[in-house]
Amino acid sequence: MDNLMWIFISALLINNFTLSYFLGLCPFLGVSGKLETAFRLGLANIFVMLITAACAYVLNTWVLIYAPYLRLISFIIVIASSVQFVEMALKKLSPDLFRALGIFLPLITTNCAILGLALFSTNKGYGFVEGMIYALGAGGGVTLALVLLAGVREETRILNIPNVIQGSAINLIIAGIISMAFMGFAGLFSS
Amino acid sequence: MTEEQSKVLPDLIEEKEPSSFRLILALGIAGLMSGIILVGIFIYTNPMIKANKEAAIKRAIFKVLPGCETYTPLKLDDGKLIEKVASDDNKEESDKEELLIYAGYNTNKELIGFAIPGDEPGFQDVIGAIFGYDDKENVIIGFEVLESKETPGLGDKIFKDADFQTNFSALAVEPEIVPVKKGEKQNANEVETITGATISSKAIVKLLNKSMGVWQTNIDEYIKENKIRVSEKHE
Amino acid sequence: MNKLVEYKNQNAQEFLKGLWDENPVFVAVLGMCPALAVTNTAINSLAMGLATTFVLLCSSILVSTFKSIIPKQVRITAYIIIIATFVTVVDFALAAFTPAIHKELGAFIALIVVNCLILGRQEAFASKNPVGLSIMDALGMSAGFTFAMLCIGIPREVLGSGSLFNIQLFGDSFEPWVVMILPPGGFFMLGFLLLGFNWYSQKKKERALIKQKLN
Repeated sequence: MDNLMWIFISALLINNFTLSYFLGLCPFLGVSGKLETAFRLGLANIFVMLITAACAYVLNTWVLIYAPYLRLISFIIVIASSVQFVEMALKKLSPDLFRALGIFLPLITTNCAILGLALFSTNKGYGFVEGMIYALGAGGGVTLALVLLAGVREETRILNIPNVIQGSAINLIIAGIISMAFMGFAGLFSS
Repeated sequence: MTEEQSKVLPDLIEEKEPSSFRLILALGIAGLMSGIILVGIFIYTNPMIKANKEAAIKRAIFKVLPGCETYTPLKLDDGKLIEKVASDDNKEESDKEELLIYAGYNTNKELIGFAIPGDEPGFQDVIGAIFGYDDKENVIIGFEVLESKETPGLGDKIFKDADFQTNFSALAVEPEIVPVKKGEKQNANEVETITGATISSKAIVKLLNKSMGVWQTNIDEYIKENKIRVSEKHE
Repeated sequence: MNKLVEYKNQNAQEFLKGLWDENPVFVAVLGMCPALAVTNTAINSLAMGLATTFVLLCSSILVSTFKSIIPKQVRITAYIIIIATFVTVVDFALAAFTPAIHKELGAFIALIVVNCLILGRQEAFASKNPVGLSIMDALGMSAGFTFAMLCIGIPREVLGSGSLFNIQLFGDSFEPWVVMILPPGGFFMLGFLLLGFNWYSQKKKERALIKQKLN
């Protein structure tokens, strides 16, 4: 239990995927202009990450011990197809949820955060439960980062910012400041 | 990127459509070619990668067990330590889940101690380390960090600070290793923490205590079982 | 004769555009995660740049060679298979020959496969152009990428650990600016570089405008 808690908190705050591993930066910088969009994108991320963790565990336990060289290709293809499959199932079973998350799913399937999750959790030798908790933490962390940045960006829109710093430059500097704040979470779990 | 990649999905579905034999053929050829390249590079580099890994472990063991000349890996099987025999080459990935410790021998083939790996959450991320344990004296005789993302300039002193390393030249493990402030070490079972990196230092102490708790009884039993150092133990 | 010059010019153009005018990191803002995650030392930046160069070059050659026989509907899947193959090759090769660098870069070598720069060039250039031009384009783009990586990595290492390519630059009195080699430093460095880049191109545009008016 202690161990699971550490995995969750570590992925959520201390080693946040976006703010300390720089994964999933494209949606982070490109999409997160609006608070609500950012939040929904984050939820979609959690959803895909959970599927990814399950796929990665299955592949790693039953396929990759015989053929480690297929790791990358199989991760990408299996994750992409399973997300597509789940998306179709979702469309049938829960149209509401599909409407909320659906448009984001193709956008984030096999982006760096998703593949990074699969690689990191297999590198660390996580089992199924640990992998799912890790995915939950990592997805939550990405959501948190997206929402925080979107919140700040909504405010900057009404400010008078010099031309040269607009766009990616100001976003990166804001992200740097948020990332610095997140450094304060280090040591949270050890006393 | 994502816009480009999103196109992957429709393609994957179309691939399944029976009318498009050519699509399947094209992907099949691509897969076949990539398979040949991958297997080729794997067969070529795998021995080297294995040798590199082994060399890294060897270097660490020799460092934490001064005077060590040869070593044998031991694994836990049914609650007992047994020598691990080199397993199937294909299944090396599964080695990660298997817990191993290493018994080190000197030039006269005498057992001088055990190298025990362990990990523990530190300040930033999990710290992985290996330490040398002398079962005769019941002390830790060497310590080496294998993996750490501790803060540069502060937490990374656990492997950069020479003073901290001297803690582990003869550290008694019983009754328990205790962290104390710098300059306050009085007993053999105390570790002086690093100023400014208390959490990282305490994580190391925790790691040592945890690993000793896991392995000590097994090691004692292993020694009894194999009748190593019988004469010494009787004294 | 004229044709030859033109041919050479075109090659040079394809090469140079990647280095500056269409620099993948500074202008297109692609491939951000490696650009930030591994640029804490100059050596890591260089290794990442070279690994990406290898993957981009090999994939571009293959894609432009086989562009006519890859069906349009499955092209992206085929590109991904090709790219993932070469990334795996780089991963194994680095682990075999330079284990220290492989350990430093870790999973980020495997993540080259999702670097949008590589898939982007296949889709936008290699699948439409002859092999020669594609090679020049790939070389230019990856030179631009490596250049950008070094632009971020060198200042980060110099400020953050007081060294360059692991050689200490300053005396003991230098107090390293540790935050630069930590994650926030990556965001700040790239942010300020983009700022400088924007400022420069704006100045250039203004100057051109003034010249036009004077003429």
